[in-house]
Amino acid sequence: MSTSNLHQLGMTLCRNTTRRDAMQIGLFSTASLLFANARAATAPPPQALPGAPIKTKAKSIIQVFLWGGMSHNDTWDPKPDAGYDYNGPMKAPLSTNVAGIQVSEWFPKLAQQADKFSLIRSMTHGNNGHETAAYLVQTAHQPGERLAYPSVGAVFSFFRGKNYKGALPPYVVLTQPQGRFSEEGFLGAKLKPFATGGDPNATRFEVEGVISRSISDTRQQARRELLARMDTLRQTAGGDAQIGASEQMKLEAYDMILGKGREVFDLSKEKPDLRDRYGRHTFGQDCLAARRMVEAGVPYIVINYPGGWDTHSNHFQTMGRQAPELDQGLAALLLDLKERGLLDSTLVWCCGEFGRGPKIDWQPPWNGGRNHHGKVFSVLVAGGGFKGGHVVGSSDAKAEEVKDRPVYPVDLLGSVYQLAGIDPKAKLPHPMGLEAHVLPYGEEGVKSAGLLNEIM
Amino acid sequence: MKPHRLLVLLAVTSALVAADAPKVAQPAATPALASVSKTKPVPFPKSPPVKPAATPEPPLYESTAPAKAECEIDRLVVAKLKPLGVQQVLCSDAVFLRRVFLDVIGTLPTAAEARAFLEDTKPGKRSALIDQLLQRDEFAVYWAMKWSDLLRIKAEFPINLWPNAAQAYHHWVLASLEDNKPYDEFARELLTSSGSNFRVGPVNFYRAMQSRTPEGIASTVALTFMGVRTDGWQPEKLAGMAQFFAQTGYKPTSEWKEEYVFWDPIGTHTLAGNIAPGKASIDEIGKPASAPTSDATSVNAAGEAVFPDGKKAKLTQDRDPREVFADWLITPKNPWFTRNISNRVWSWLLGRGIIHAPDDLRENNPPSNPELLAFLEGELVKAKYDLKHLYRLILNSNAYQSSSLLRDTKPEAQAQFARYPLRRLDAELIIDAINKITATTELYTSAIPEPFTYIPQGEPAMSIGDGSITSPFLSLFGRSARATGMEDERSNKFIAPQWLHLLNSSQIQKKLEMGSGIKDIIMMRRGPTHTLEELYLTILSRMPTQAETENAMSYGEPPTGVNKAGKPRTGKRTEDWIDIAWSLLNSSEFLFRH
Repeated sequence: MSTSNLHQLGMTLCRNTTRRDAMQIGLFSTASLLFANARAATAPPPQALPGAPIKTKAKSIIQVFLWGGMSHNDTWDPKPDAGYDYNGPMKAPLSTNVAGIQVSEWFPKLAQQADKFSLIRSMTHGNNGHETAAYLVQTAHQPGERLAYPSVGAVFSFFRGKNYKGALPPYVVLTQPQGRFSEEGFLGAKLKPFATGGDPNATRFEVEGVISRSISDTRQQARRELLARMDTLRQTAGGDAQIGASEQMKLEAYDMILGKGREVFDLSKEKPDLRDRYGRHTFGQDCLAARRMVEAGVPYIVINYPGGWDTHSNHFQTMGRQAPELDQGLAALLLDLKERGLLDSTLVWCCGEFGRGPKIDWQPPWNGGRNHHGKVFSVLVAGGGFKGGHVVGSSDAKAEEVKDRPVYPVDLLGSVYQLAGIDPKAKLPHPMGLEAHVLPYGEEGVKSAGLLNEIM
Repeated sequence: MKPHRLLVLLAVTSALVAADAPKVAQPAATPALASVSKTKPVPFPKSPPVKPAATPEPPLYESTAPAKAECEIDRLVVAKLKPLGVQQVLCSDAVFLRRVFLDVIGTLPTAAEARAFLEDTKPGKRSALIDQLLQRDEFAVYWAMKWSDLLRIKAEFPINLWPNAAQAYHHWVLASLEDNKPYDEFARELLTSSGSNFRVGPVNFYRAMQSRTPEGIASTVALTFMGVRTDGWQPEKLAGMAQFFAQTGYKPTSEWKEEYVFWDPIGTHTLAGNIAPGKASIDEIGKPASAPTSDATSVNAAGEAVFPDGKKAKLTQDRDPREVFADWLITPKNPWFTRNISNRVWSWLLGRGIIHAPDDLRENNPPSNPELLAFLEGELVKAKYDLKHLYRLILNSNAYQSSSLLRDTKPEAQAQFARYPLRRLDAELIIDAINKITATTELYTSAIPEPFTYIPQGEPAMSIGDGSITSPFLSLFGRSARATGMEDERSNKFIAPQWLHLLNSSQIQKKLEMGSGIKDIIMMRRGPTHTLEELYLTILSRMPTQAETENAMSYGEPPTGVNKAGKPRTGKRTEDWIDIAWSLLNSSEFLFRH
């Protein structure tokens, strides 16, 4: 069997697992409830809320999403003593610029920035299906509820977008949307992230709809005037509310096409050596583009990692290629934000929907792959009010289970909302008028071990 | 779906593309071509007539003919408009043509069809066109899309029908519409069918809901067939109705994702030694995580079956209670059944329900014109629930054929259908129209390729049965999420990123530049006037006005270089023609039902 066939088989089997998992959510979450860390209790609302004035620290958020689920063992929660069946060819982990914190050999650059970020090594939700786990991590709501909740990005830009007057949309994804996960949920199309398309590492970052390859500004302007003249129905029915609203949106679009907004995407304005520092690859330049958007005031930016982390097979090869790019881009981003004085007001968080099986699947067809693992995995958080240089919680000796201080999705997102000045008990507008809140505090099956106060 | 549909569509498409091509180069028309282009090629002047017209042009969007109330609908509508001081104004033929094509078959007329209709001088040509369109194959395809929204046909999250079942369900809806199945039969099959989700399409009605508790099913039934939202009901009322669905069983088979929906009066899942996970596991899956354990799922629970009108029902062990409920619901005497569907059909065609929103029937939300609604209900009953009869009546009315231009901003006038309201086209219709005009196609896939999903190139978006099979364009333009079955689940309001895409994306620009549709019209080089007319007929289904002709002719730069004969080029540069086509594609007239 060729490698690529093997990979396909891996994908197919993976998807089978996923779909069955999805079907068994109900059972699965019940079971995980029983077996998960006994210290966790059904979530009460966090202490500081509501009523207490919320200090807003995070003005912008950059979320780096590692779709597919990145191994925690081989990255931010190394277990050098776990043996070959767990570590495979991995070499000894690296020390960082913070005493006592180690990361894997693939993160030498991030190791030099450890004072700027904290690692959560006890993130847990117990779900092993891609869609359902991605939903859990980015909404903190239980999959299978009647409502399809919006992602943290949509919620954040819903609250933040009200006063946002920037030239770019309030919620941007570099470069492709997640596809299987509906980011806007019931909040509707307006809260859908704007997907840039294009490749920031190309000579010209052609943001779909904003930067056109073939249309010069002169022609763009001429076309705009032509359209205004040719739009006979608009001229005749100009007073119509539908047309009026549509024209307003068209105006916003043209502000992006011909206005200042598009300069944000012009990475050639950056110094070449800074671009080199971020890395001349799509992810590195994604990070640079994200920083430029933060400067332009965009509230929520998602970098949907260009490439998957669903490494059932070819695990170490894929990791060996991707992890150093992640290392370079992320390290450059944190340093650059810090140097520009933006790190305090910019929250960065990075994780996948779950981790990967600590024990390597050596048997065919995987031949050294790692399976889905939602019981425990790692999250990197930085800036926006999060302290750097800390580790929250821990996993057991082989990184299979939470050992200490579980962090559930409501705890992570609750902390993010807290720093963003958003009341997690606030109501969200549901199109059918149903009760819907930012976070599901107090609902059955929702577990919490408290906000990340230790690093806030 | 009929197996030959795709071939037919493809054949028609290519024939129609050919019909747009230069007629001199196409003397021997295929039979299909002959049937759509009965009209003679229009002579075109050598030089563009930019001089002011001698006689004033007739109004572009409105008819000068007075609106005479000739049918009962119009008498009833006018009775309400008169006190408001509003006079009906009819739309022009060109507006009617485009409107009725989009509203009845979700498809643009071709340039040839537009020309034929506009040149037709016979009285009654509007009625004749309505009759033709109601017979077209696209009628069922388009309305199956509408029903698929309401019946939530979607393989994946959050409905999770799974692909095979979504296809079976859509196939059944489409076949029902092709056969013009009476609506009462349609509803009864949805409510009472049993069998495999892969083989018996309508059983998927009971699967296509996020909550499969008896209360969840009751809410969905009320929304779908009564147009009622149960959110405002007393819990006892919902519990009474839920009893009719408490014996609905779900049972997996050994085939992956296959599931039987059946009448399960003795709750087989509770029998000792029964290893089929059946109802028990499905209950577990379907239950909202926050809901308390519902005793109502057990048939032994003491609960009385009560119809929504308060009458108590007697459930016996020899009859599926779903049938008992269907008997109560599906009769002209039922106060919701006929009213709901009559009001919905009206709202689908007029953009607003007589009771509005059309899925919010309740005592304190009265109809704006009760007599009109009663009349429609009576007609539907008389026609034995033939929905096409209702379509025909409404489409022939002045209310439907009235102008879309704003005269009276009073909300009362809107609620009394003083005009046909402007509405942005559905996502599927926009991309289908663009593809048709540019002779290009689109790739539709499901993000979860299991079983492998392949939509043949050239299939229109509106024919895709499964809401999980999609494209970036469809999701950007607010295609229905098919999660709730609410009428307003589809978002047809413009947002800025949609404009970015239409105005300036490489996707649209490539379609205009590379697709043979627009290119062929430009390359005909039969004089600028002819080119412009063909662009207008193809994109906006009408001829350009004097002012538009002048605007177009003065646009762009003179061409440079020489032609094949070595003479300096004349006329217009290709890129300027592309820009003109682009401006029509981005005009309100193209993007809005009007």
